[in-house]
Formats: sequence, structure tokens, C-alpha cells
Amino acid sequence: MTSRSEVTPWWRNRRYLPWLVQGAVALVIGVVVAFLLTNLLLNLTARGLLLSWSWLGQPAGFDLAETILPFDASLPYWRAMLAGLVNTLRVVIAGLVGATVLGTLIGTASFSSNGLLRRLARVYVEVIRNIPLLLQLIFWYFVVFLALPNGRDALQLPGLVLAKSGLFLGSPELVDGVWQAPLRFTVEFGALLTGLVVYTAAFIAEVVRGGIASVPKGQWEAATSLGFPPLLTLRRIVLPQALRVIVPGLNSQYISLAKNSSLAVACGFTDLYSVSETTLNQTGRAIEVMLILLGSYLVIDLVISALMNGLNGLVQLRER
Amino acid sequence: MASTAPLVVRASPLRRLQKELFGSRLDGLISIALLAALLAAALGFFRWALFQAQWAVLSANSTLFAVGRYPVEQQWRLWLLTTLLALATGLSWGLLRAFPGSGAVRALWPRNDRWAAAILGVLALWRPMALQLTLAIQARWWGIAGLLLLARWAAGRYGPAIPQAFRRLIPLLWPLLYLVGMVLISGGLGLVQVPPSEWGGLLLTVLMATFAILLCFPLGVLLALGRRSELPLLRWGSVIYIEFIRGAPLITLLFLGQNILGFLLPGGLAPDRVWRAAWVLTFFAAAYVAEAVRSGLVAVPAGQLEAARSLGLSVPLALVHVVLPQALRVALPATVGQFISLLQDTTLLSLIGLLDLLGTARTVMANPMFLGKNAEVYLVLAILFWSCCAALGLGSRALETRLNPHSPSAPQA
Repeated sequence: MTSRSEVTPWWRNRRYLPWLVQGAVALVIGVVVAFLLTNLLLNLTARGLLLSWSWLGQPAGFDLAETILPFDASLPYWRAMLAGLVNTLRVVIAGLVGATVLGTLIGTASFSSNGLLRRLARVYVEVIRNIPLLLQLIFWYFVVFLALPNGRDALQLPGLVLAKSGLFLGSPELVDGVWQAPLRFTVEFGALLTGLVVYTAAFIAEVVRGGIASVPKGQWEAATSLGFPPLLTLRRIVLPQALRVIVPGLNSQYISLAKNSSLAVACGFTDLYSVSETTLNQTGRAIEVMLILLGSYLVIDLVISALMNGLNGLVQLRER
Repeated sequence: MASTAPLVVRASPLRRLQKELFGSRLDGLISIALLAALLAAALGFFRWALFQAQWAVLSANSTLFAVGRYPVEQQWRLWLLTTLLALATGLSWGLLRAFPGSGAVRALWPRNDRWAAAILGVLALWRPMALQLTLAIQARWWGIAGLLLLARWAAGRYGPAIPQAFRRLIPLLWPLLYLVGMVLISGGLGLVQVPPSEWGGLLLTVLMATFAILLCFPLGVLLALGRRSELPLLRWGSVIYIEFIRGAPLITLLFLGQNILGFLLPGGLAPDRVWRAAWVLTFFAAAYVAEAVRSGLVAVPAGQLEAARSLGLSVPLALVHVVLPQALRVALPATVGQFISLLQDTTLLSLIGLLDLLGTARTVMANPMFLGKNAEVYLVLAILFWSCCAALGLGSRALETRLNPHSPSAPQA
């Protein structure tokens, strides 16, 4: 007994144990990956779909409802995907701005001296966060935007017309019952943008509320006793401190907004995902399309992260 | 003015309301504008709900929304499962009240429970009638609700009389019930097989959500431990997996599961479309749960593991008995938050052609008979999802207080 307990067996030796565990894990991962890749190669060869990118140059043969870049069915697939990517970027950038503004308003409203406003801000957050985004997008598109009146009955404001055929900006005119204007957004874009902004704003409001709540109450009181008016206190004293907490939280909300924009397909907006789906259905090039799709979203995420990390560096407290 | 007032004043509710809403001139203006807007919205909503909305779309399709195209002659299995679930719920609820955490007052029917029972009773009486179900089916719902309340009463009343050895087995009821439920739903063991393509509606949504929640949790814990491991291979493997999944939108991963899984597995081995989606949901949620659990692991001081190791516990034992219980308690709110998003994410199944609640709604909308009834259906779905998510959130908060070692109602170790 005693002699045996003095010598640790090799399989319990601290020097070898980590390597043993890692070796086992590496073996399992290696076998699984090799199994999957072999199958992939076999299946792709059998169907004649081995990795190739030449199909990107073939004419797409489908049209896109709404693009900024000029596009028609005779242009190649890569132009279609590029147009989809630009559409995604358009809705993401507009959504980021809108959600930040609305979220900040609601987040600060929960510190209002008005009890009703404070409670409404809470109700907004609790209602919006607990309803699936996809359901909200479909609701905005089918119930709100597609029910808009057309032609003469459309909602008209100076310089702005909101009709079923879209949102028209910059002195719109009615020509033969159809609205014309220099700047037009479709209702698909409008529904997607509204849904994303309303949903993300609820999360951003929570981030902003948390950030402002993290500033000690004494900071408010000290500023007030020095004679600062409330708005100046918020801008000069509280926000610079709150931003240190807010910016990292905003980062993850921005990234989820970018990812959530892929639900555009639910309200008929041709974003990157929707174009990729059509492309895959037409060409059958599953692997290549998935690589492009995943790579694009990864790059968008990384760009947002990099920008927000830069901003974070600006707002953090600098010590020597 | 304020300086002459006494420091502690318990103002009347009306007075407090006035101060909250009309404290200053600006507040007064805001309050009036908000009240007017709220009143207009409420009036408009009730006018629509009572006079314009046509709720027949729901009663005509209630079976479709509940179970999809599940064969009618096999639906008794779902009724049986619902009854068993009601019994288990009542039993657990009653036992929870019979054995509250020490410090909490033991009461057979605390106020919250009376509320819950009342709401349950009203729902059970009103909902089957509102959906215009046949009397036989209405009676079944009344019976199930009655059974639940009866089990609740009996377990609360006679729970303490159950021998302890037997009582400790009761939590095992739930995993057992889950397995029984799977068999009842899908068939086998002498029951007719019902393929997943015929499941739908609420049944599919609940099944997908519970399956993914149950499996993503252990996976997430393993990934979180892997990410904090000292072994570089485990650490980097977990990091790459978590970051890859978190960098991709769920819809692209579901799409990947539907289109590429067939290539990765030898012919015929790839699971059915429904199960593919379920596994993708599980693996997706695991990455997010891993991040939630990691935030809990970070909160446990390194000394805890060191102390456990120096007492002679091996690393796995120290993790299971010392580190994880503390970490999971801290990570609980974030983890439940992920479960709530997972429940919401099941709606994405409708985008890949599965008939979950939202998918069923979309097919019903496509029926010319119910064209343009979007608002009614989506409103009801929104209320349903909202209630489930809000209930999960409330449950998480209750569990948090129960597990908090510093709260008065915590059980003594």
C-alpha cells in the first residue's frame, strides 16, 4: 500500500495529464472533422459541385426589387450579391442611427421627473423585448405598411408623402395617380427599418439607463449645488462618466442589429441573405454561397467592433 | 415652500399622483399630452377589437395553431400528455409551497398563488368558450385545469406526509415525463409513428424550445469551462466555436443546416428537417449560454478553486462541487435571458419552411378565406409570446431570490 501510493501512475501524473487530455480531444476533433470533410468531398464530387467560383461571373437571371447600384437580370451573380450587400449596409447604418437616437431618448426618459413618462419608458422596454423580432417585422410590414392608402388618400406632409408605394421625400407630386419624388424608399425598407429601430431601441434604452444609473447620485447633487442647470449637468458631468459604461454595451447591441437585419427576407426586402438564398436555389452552390454569406457578416461585425473599440478608447478614463 | 414642510410626509395617493404627474409646468404639459395619446390609442384599439376585428380566423383554425397537422385519430396522445403535464405542474407547485425556503412563512395559499389560481381558472373557463370549441373539448380543458388545481391542493396539504426518501425522487418526474412525452408525440413502443413533418403550431414551438434549452445548457457550461481552461487546445477550440457562432446570424446557420448538413453526412444519415433545425438551434444557443456562464465563472474568486484543490479535491470534483454552483447562481439571470431569446428565435423556423406557430400563421394568412386578418392573428401570437417570455423572466427572478444565500427565504445548506 504505502510503496504504491508514493509512485504516481503515469496516467495521473500532472506532467503528462494535460497532454493526455488534449491529445484525446485533438483525436476526437480530428476524426470528426476528417469524417465530415471526406463525406463533403465524396458528396460534392458525386454531384459535380466541387468548389469553384466561376459561376459568380454568369448572368444572374433574376431581378432585384430595390437597389442603389444599378442592377438587372443580365448582370452576373457577383453584382447581385454586391447589390444585396449594399442594401444590407444601407439598412444597418440607418438602423444604427435611428435605434441610437430612439434608445437614448427612452433610456433618459426613465429618469424623468414625470412619473407617467418614466413608467411608459419601462412599459416600452418590457413589451418590445418580450416579443420576437420576426413577429414584429411581419406585423410592421403586413399590418401597418401594407395597409397604407395609395394615391390621393396617402398621408401627406409638407415635403413628405407616405403611401403604400413607398415613402417619398423632397416635393413629391402625384402624376397619373402615382407619386413621384427625387427620393423614394419602398415600404419593404420602411417596415424593416422601423422594426429594427423599435426593437433595438428597447435594448439600447436599457444600456443607456444602466450607464446613467451607474453614475453616483452625488455627481448630480454636486453639479446642482454648484449651480449647473439640469441639461448642462447631464451633458458635462453625467454623460462623460456614463459613456464609459454605455459604449461597450452599445457594441454588442449594434452587432446584433447588423445580424438581425438578415430577417429582411420576412418583409420582402432584398438584402444580402435574401439574394444569397435566391442564388443558392438557382445555382445549387451551397458551400460557396454560405462562405460568402458568413464571411460578409463576420466582416460587418468586425468593422462595427473595431469602430466601437476606437470610440471606447476615446471615452475611457485616461490615466497616466 | 419646501423648507416649511415636515421632512417625512406620507402624502395621500392623490397628492402623490399630482406630484408625480404635475410637479412642474413642463411635467404637466407632458402628462396631458401623454394621457391624451394613451386615451386615443386605447379608444382606437377597443373600437377595432370589438367592432372591426374578426376573431373567427382563430376559432376556425384553433387545432392548426395548437398542433399543426397532427393526425386527428392520434390526438388523444397529446391530450394524455397535457393531462400528465398538468398533474406534474400541480404536484411540483404544491410541494414548492409545502417546503418553502427556511425563513419564509409556510402558507398553503399565499397571495400570489391565489392570484395565479384565479387567473388559471378564468383562462380555463373563458378561453375554450372564446375559441368556440365543441362542448366535449371545452369539458376536457376544464377537467385538466381542475386536475392541476386539485394536484396543487393535495401536494400542498399532504406533501409533508410523504416519506423523505420518496420525496427526493419527485424532481426526477420531469425528465421522465419529457421522455414519455417524446414517445407519446413521435410514436414508437407500440404507438403509431407520427413523423416530425406533421407536428406544428404551438406543439412544434414548445418542443423545439424545450429541446434546445435542455441540451444547450450542458453544452454551454462545457464550452465556458473550455474557454477558461489552461489547456491551449481546449481554450482555442472553445473560443473559435463561440466566436464563429456569435458572428453569424441565426438564419444563415439554419439555412446552412438545411442545405449543407446533407453534404457532410453519408447519404441517408442526415436527420429530418425538423431535427436539423432543432440541432442548429441547440448549437447556436450553446455559444450564447457559454458566454453567460463565463460571466459567472469570472465572478468566482480564484481562491475557491485553489482552496478546494488544497483540500484534496480533483479538478473535476472541485469544479462540480465548488466553482460551478457559485458561478451558475451568478450567471442565472443572463442564462435565462438567453433561454428567452431562444424561445423567441424559434419563430425563425418559419423562414425555413417549418410550421411552428408563426409558420402556421403565415399559411393560414395565405388561405383566401382569411386574407387580411393579419392583425388579429399576429396580435394573439404577440400576446402569447409576451406572456411566456415575461413568465420566464419572473420565474428567473423568483429562483434568484430562492438561491441567493443572503436572502431571508434561502434554504439552509
